[in-house]
Amino acid sequence: MDFSLSDESLMMRDMFRKFSKNEVEPLAAETDRTHEFPMGTFKKMADLGLTGLPIPEEWGGAGASYLDFAMFVEELAKCCASTAVIMSVHTGLGCMSTYLYGSQRVKEKYLRALATGEIVGAYALTEPNAGSDAASLKCKAEDKGDYFLVNGSKIFITNGIVATTYCTFVKSDPTQGSGRGITCLVIEKDTPGFTMSKPVAKMGMNGSPTVELYFEDVKVPKENVLGEINDGFKVAMGLLAGGRVTIAAQGLGIGEGALDYTVQYIKERQQFGKPLAANQGVQFMVADMAAALDAAQLLVYRAAWLKDNGLPHNKEASMAKKFATDTGMEVCTNCVQLMGGYGYCNEFPVERMMRDVKITQIYEGSNQIQRMIIGRETIGRF
Amino acid sequence: MKVLVCVKQTFDTEAKIELKDGKIADAGINLIINPYDEVAVEGAIQLKEKGIAKEIVIVAAGSDKAMDAIRTALAMGADRGILVQQDTAADEFARAVALAEAIKAENPNIILAGHVAADDGSSQVPTRVAEILGLPHVNVITAVEIAGDKATCTSEADGGTQVTEVSLPAVISSQVSWNEPRYPSMKGIMAAKKKPVATAAAAAAENKVKILEFSLPPAKAAGIKLEDEPEVCATKLAEWMKNTVKVEVK
Ligand SMILES: Cc1cc2nc3c(=O)[nH]c(=O)nc-3n(C[C@H](O)[C@H](O)[C@H](O)COP(=O)(O)OP(=O)(O)OC[C@H]3O[C@@H](n4cnc5c(N)ncnc54)[C@H](O)[C@@H]3O)c2cc1C
Repeated sequence: MDFSLSDESLMMRDMFRKFSKNEVEPLAAETDRTHEFPMGTFKKMADLGLTGLPIPEEWGGAGASYLDFAMFVEELAKCCASTAVIMSVHTGLGCMSTYLYGSQRVKEKYLRALATGEIVGAYALTEPNAGSDAASLKCKAEDKGDYFLVNGSKIFITNGIVATTYCTFVKSDPTQGSGRGITCLVIEKDTPGFTMSKPVAKMGMNGSPTVELYFEDVKVPKENVLGEINDGFKVAMGLLAGGRVTIAAQGLGIGEGALDYTVQYIKERQQFGKPLAANQGVQFMVADMAAALDAAQLLVYRAAWLKDNGLPHNKEASMAKKFATDTGMEVCTNCVQLMGGYGYCNEFPVERMMRDVKITQIYEGSNQIQRMIIGRETIGRF
Repeated sequence: MKVLVCVKQTFDTEAKIELKDGKIADAGINLIINPYDEVAVEGAIQLKEKGIAKEIVIVAAGSDKAMDAIRTALAMGADRGILVQQDTAADEFARAVALAEAIKAENPNIILAGHVAADDGSSQVPTRVAEILGLPHVNVITAVEIAGDKATCTSEADGGTQVTEVSLPAVISSQVSWNEPRYPSMKGIMAAKKKPVATAAAAAAENKVKILEFSLPPAKAAGIKLEDEPEVCATKLAEWMKNTVKVEVK
């Protein structure tokens, strides 16, 4: 067993770290306050070739591994969780959907522009009445020969406000049951009949505006189908198995960022005539957090490694997602606890981190759903 | 024009320095390209972007670990590297001899370096290299203009700036304020492994400095906090300086 990273990966990680510390962290509090998509940062990432990490160079990507991509999301999340989810969705779902499931024509139309960060990608699966039970989605698409006519809505769409392409799941054959008769379409912004809501007010992830999408007689050309017509749920699930790895990396990174900050704080904050860190009760909390984060990192990297090596990783990605995001939540809660009243005030970053990390346990399949997947795979048929 | 940049692999500036068996412990320490040299690399790349430099050659002297510093410079945009294999215990003199030998073989028009290394901070190597090669040396520069075979360098001087014109070839060492080094792009990182790096043996040279002992600076004692009216604070501070710190007043 070899736990070492290649020279390139190490060089990348150094760069991700430096970039996140110098360019992303200084904007995190401001982004949280203004609720604005950090387009300036996105452009900087595009210039450095960071918007399409695991996409091959021939399509404008960096030709890096999924593990490199997960490390990038982790480093971003240490500094700004909103920026991390933007990148996780843009690359992991927006770029990957066209790369893995798009025809040559679709790739030429969108992939290079997505991978080079010229345009932003979004992923629209969730509906008001189809969240965890995404298979029951209702957004309707009628086959009109050379195009689909789409009617319905999607909710909670990350990057929705700035995206150009929306990888959208629609019910193309209502006679088929749940999870079947679904098609995945790339819908372009500004297509007539396609509108969206204002960003919804949320607990955290404020730098990543989330919107509702409305489709009223939206015509989508047939060439924009990803995967097979009526077999799109496979596309949705295939993408989420990869997406979960970077959401796991996000939960991990937020936790690491919170712990790093808190460790510095408890060394300086004096109570009872000594630093907080001098109390064994505090040290044990730090030890538990450090060990849990390390375990989470191993699960995340293993899932990414399996994916890179073309090995099955559905269960492992779910394990990483569940464990890393639950750990991130627990760590952030404990970090706020260790910083006392200061931890609860928004002058200190752990307050934001605790608000941000909560959603990592919910989106891209809540952790209950991850447990269902892990349970199913572990128990098998009976 | 050929620009050669000397780079050193140093400890991460955030690394915690510890002694083990009387030596500086380097296990588990993150190594980086000396931040001052990184500025010199950026300066070279900007000269290339302006069409002045044709080729950028990176030279590092040290152990195999110094290869990472070379690769980082290549990822930023340099063209090729030379690793001069040398014992890490080499002092500034031996280091300069080894570098000068490698530089001579390359015959560059401009030799750039950081003015100081972030680890031992001795600020000697560029000056020594210039001396050995019999070249002019301009130090702590914050800007450089190249015209023909002349370089006009701006450097920091007490209370102002100094402008120096030198004929090339010359050794020019950079102050950090010269520029803002770029991040290596993903393209750069992927291309770096394909760029050639040669290895060379270091020219023989005896150290001139013998290290007797390493010791850490004494731990900083806790300060005092005075909370009172300004005049009272001033009096108390003066007393504390006189009686506790024992500042001698002559
Ligand atoms: C900030 C944000 C960004 C998002 N971004 C996107 C995006 O870009 N694209 C997209 O398509 N979606 C996105 N989502 C949607 C997200 O994936 C869903 O919210 C999530 O899948 C949960 O669905 P739901 O909200 O409808 O909750 P529900 O499905 O109503 O679930 C509510 C609770 O019940 C639990 N539960 C449900 N079923 C079961 C069961 N069988 N057994 C046990 N427990 C169960 C769930 O775990 C959850 O705790 C985003 C959501 C948010 C808040």
